[in-house]
Amino acid sequence: MCGIVGIYLKNKKLYNKLGSIFSPMLREMGDRGPDSSGFAIYRNASDKSYKVTLHSSIENFDWSGLEKSILENFKIKIKVTRISSHATFETVLKPQKLRNFLNINFKEINITSIGQSLEIFKEVGMPDDVLTQFKVSEMTGSHMIGHTRMATESAVTTQGAHPFNTGVDLCLVHNGSLSNHNELRKWLSKEKGIVFQTENDTEVAAGYLSYKMDDGHSLKKALEDALDDLDGFYTFAVGTKNGFAVLRDRIACKPAVIAETEDWVGMASEFRALSRLPGISKADVWEPSPGTIYSWGG
Amino acid sequence: MDNFKELDLNNIEVKELNKTLQKRDGNNFNHFKVINPMGAHAVATGLDGEVEVKIDGHVGYYCGGMNQNSEITIYGNAGVGVAENMMSGKVIVKGDASQSAGATGHGGLLVIEGNASARCGISMKGIDIVVKGSVGHNSAFMAQSGNLVICGNAEDGLGDSIYETSIFIKGELGNLGADCVEKEMKTEHFERLEKLLKRANIKDDPKNFKRLGSARKLYNFDVKNSDNY
Repeated sequence: MCGIVGIYLKNKKLYNKLGSIFSPMLREMGDRGPDSSGFAIYRNASDKSYKVTLHSSIENFDWSGLEKSILENFKIKIKVTRISSHATFETVLKPQKLRNFLNINFKEINITSIGQSLEIFKEVGMPDDVLTQFKVSEMTGSHMIGHTRMATESAVTTQGAHPFNTGVDLCLVHNGSLSNHNELRKWLSKEKGIVFQTENDTEVAAGYLSYKMDDGHSLKKALEDALDDLDGFYTFAVGTKNGFAVLRDRIACKPAVIAETEDWVGMASEFRALSRLPGISKADVWEPSPGTIYSWGG
Repeated sequence: MDNFKELDLNNIEVKELNKTLQKRDGNNFNHFKVINPMGAHAVATGLDGEVEVKIDGHVGYYCGGMNQNSEITIYGNAGVGVAENMMSGKVIVKGDASQSAGATGHGGLLVIEGNASARCGISMKGIDIVVKGSVGHNSAFMAQSGNLVICGNAEDGLGDSIYETSIFIKGELGNLGADCVEKEMKTEHFERLEKLLKRANIKDDPKNFKRLGSARKLYNFDVKNSDNY
């Protein structure tokens, strides 16, 4: 099953309430996906440096080793901040360089996201636990995307939880499953040099969109191509540094509802996740049509 | 609305609500108003008395499912499978309905005043469905009996593998489903459609509609049994 939610704020006055607006949305989708929960937040965008968000399943993992190693290898000082089981740091190092370095030298670390605005946190368990663990209701920012997972394609682990990020600032959550992900993963790895961290089908979809956008396509064009190249069933919610999009496959077995006011756009697997949004009684509420791209912002 | 018993889903669980609407708690009310549905699933399901229920807001999956005799009005949108397996009575959706509206319904009338998504009337077995707007793909899939009236358009696959349901449509058609064909509108069909529109409280001229039904090439149909449908 799985539950997905997304909120994109159009009114900057609401930025300081983002986490408190988002929390009930994710909580409501807990019974669609009790295996794991995760969220992506876009906040404090930078134009020069990149934010790297990491996870280690080793309890009380010592992040100082990473600081030392980056100093030795790149002569660059970083400061890692622990956030529960995750950690973040900022750097001017190029994302691809960093991904390759971490994948080779720190196998016990999983990169949840790299971006100028994006941070991803995810854990095994119900949304309530994850929302509390990362103090989500206090978070501020411009948009958030969340996922509650009922695992089908790969194991119940933090690595297998959504959202998935592969390029810079792009993230994806998915309700459904893809049938051509193995072939596509092979092709993207071999031909396009995209590094995958899991066997998960959704990570391949994220990798596919990153490859398309790195090639110069807009998010909208990348999603149009995805309709032909991704085989399977899906509702996707996609975030970029300044944008947000929703896409359902042409058969549209997986549910989705969108609500929009002058202040925000919200989407969820079911309306009940949108029912507590501020001003929902006056919102336009509709079911996105099959095979149709809905996008906001850049 | 004074004689309506108000039930607030902010204060009670859906199970308790349905127990009251099904009158299993021995109440003597015949008119109910449900507030704050907040997209909850299975609101007003399994009703079997002659009660009237007004729901103020959007509902989740299966609202009005298995209804018998009751009249349920949703002042909002309905989620997947509204009025699924309805036996009799009436369900009215003032907004849009999600997928599989009226699925497998045996009787009664479902009116959708907005649009319906994919698979509206899938496997319908005698229910009448009137949609003021348009319907999504694969509507009336394997529809067995009853009537589906569409005042707007239909996406691809309408009436795929249809049995003996009659489809009346005013707007544009996508590609028709397998074994679904246009048929002549005879006097009896104009009369039937006029009655259906009247029951649904929709003002439209039956002359604007065309009729679709089964070419009867996909299933083993014997014309001498046609009275049985």
